[in-house]
Amino acid sequence: MPKTVLKVENLHKSYGNLEVLKGISFQVRQGETTVIIGSSGTGKSTLLTCINQITPPDKGRIWLEDIEITDPKTDLNMVRSSIGMVFQHFNLFTHLNALDNVRLGLTVVKKISPERATEIGIEKLKLVGLEDKLHSYPAELSGGQQQRVSIARALAMSPKLILFDEPTSALDPELIGEVLNVMIELAKSGMTMIVVSHEMGFARAVANDIIFMENGVIVEEGTPEAMFNYCKNPRTREFLHKITELYGGKKE
Amino acid sequence: MNQLQIIWQGLPSLLAGTLVTLNLTFYFLILGFLLGIVLALGQVYGPFPLKIFFIVPFERFFRAVPELVLLFLFFFGSSFFRINISAFMAAVLAMGLRSAAYQSQIFRGAIQSIGEDQMRAARSLGMSTLQSIRYVILPQALRLSIPSWANEYAVVLKDSSLAYAIGVTELLRQGRYIVARTFGNALLVYSACALIYFVLVFAGNQLLKFLEKKYKIPGFEIQERRDQSVLERI
Repeated sequence: MPKTVLKVENLHKSYGNLEVLKGISFQVRQGETTVIIGSSGTGKSTLLTCINQITPPDKGRIWLEDIEITDPKTDLNMVRSSIGMVFQHFNLFTHLNALDNVRLGLTVVKKISPERATEIGIEKLKLVGLEDKLHSYPAELSGGQQQRVSIARALAMSPKLILFDEPTSALDPELIGEVLNVMIELAKSGMTMIVVSHEMGFARAVANDIIFMENGVIVEEGTPEAMFNYCKNPRTREFLHKITELYGGKKE
Repeated sequence: MNQLQIIWQGLPSLLAGTLVTLNLTFYFLILGFLLGIVLALGQVYGPFPLKIFFIVPFERFFRAVPELVLLFLFFFGSSFFRINISAFMAAVLAMGLRSAAYQSQIFRGAIQSIGEDQMRAARSLGMSTLQSIRYVILPQALRLSIPSWANEYAVVLKDSSLAYAIGVTELLRQGRYIVARTFGNALLVYSACALIYFVLVFAGNQLLKFLEKKYKIPGFEIQERRDQSVLERI
């Protein structure tokens, strides 16, 4: 059995009186893709930002391999540099072209030489099919292309894990495919991924695990096969039914 | 003709005065720029007590007190503390700190307009807060600040003439000397001063406009001319 990359134990987070996460525990093993689904406001995005401590959780423990992220002594910048993050709104650095967006983390955080960073940058942008857009600025790229640059930016840091926060929900329907294809290739190549998304076609294709969250707790968790066919909870069944109608991904 | 000769003969001293004016402006702006950035960053990212007990009072004070009063406070008031500073130094401190207060607001606005998303992206790559500010936030904020900064440049350059009042021999005072020395035509001499100020402001603004164009971010440049507005089309 592959080793555990991420382990989350009893995670809690409140904003004021609003308790967003009420004790979340799960594990992700190396090379696996976990898809998190659930209606909006159930804490999916908060869960992701708690994992890399962009939002510090109130309670609970998180391990990345054998480093405890939630230990106050842990160097968070070091941990974050090995956890990639892809945002719903891409969050590319607007003043830098595609190549420099990918290079910045390498030169500033990893202290890699500019020449080597350029090589890595070009290699990763090739991987997402953007070798002809190296010198384009974010505003000159389509949403799909911007999201692929941001995937390349995450990949360049050679992360142990990549978090995707609704990577396709800000995209035109026509552009979703190109991003999903990159993500499917990535999953197949053995990258460990946690994806908050309602793209059920993607989940069916590559997910090892689907987690259904509601009101800050994990309602049900299982393989796509089990979740689609034999899920026990009526709420899960209802939700899965709704999103497969909306987003497709039914078995032909 | 005689009058023009007065200007011609006075030109070296006018130019010397211009040099002092430029010197003053340079120090005002540099002090204002460096301190302004620090204050702006403190105001956006700093701890609450620092903001409430230092930055905000500083900024409010220097924006609320008239410049001439500041100049008098720093120059004549310093002797109360038995500190002996030159008129030039007093002017630099008074007007530089004043400019810092104004510039801090220019930079604060620009930094806040960048948005939390850029910071999140930088932090999630593993950059420290300082690295994120240095490589992601400031490069964008400074570009956005150029148009407002051009305005501050013009204001500061013109206000340097107030240093006249505490005895700095800058451009205006040199002009005053020429009028007094030669019983010359005040209108003509002060017009020459006005022309010099105008040229300095104009040239500086052209240079800043050039920088704005040179460093514009594709897709984020400030539009020079918009297409027909909706109202015009109706």
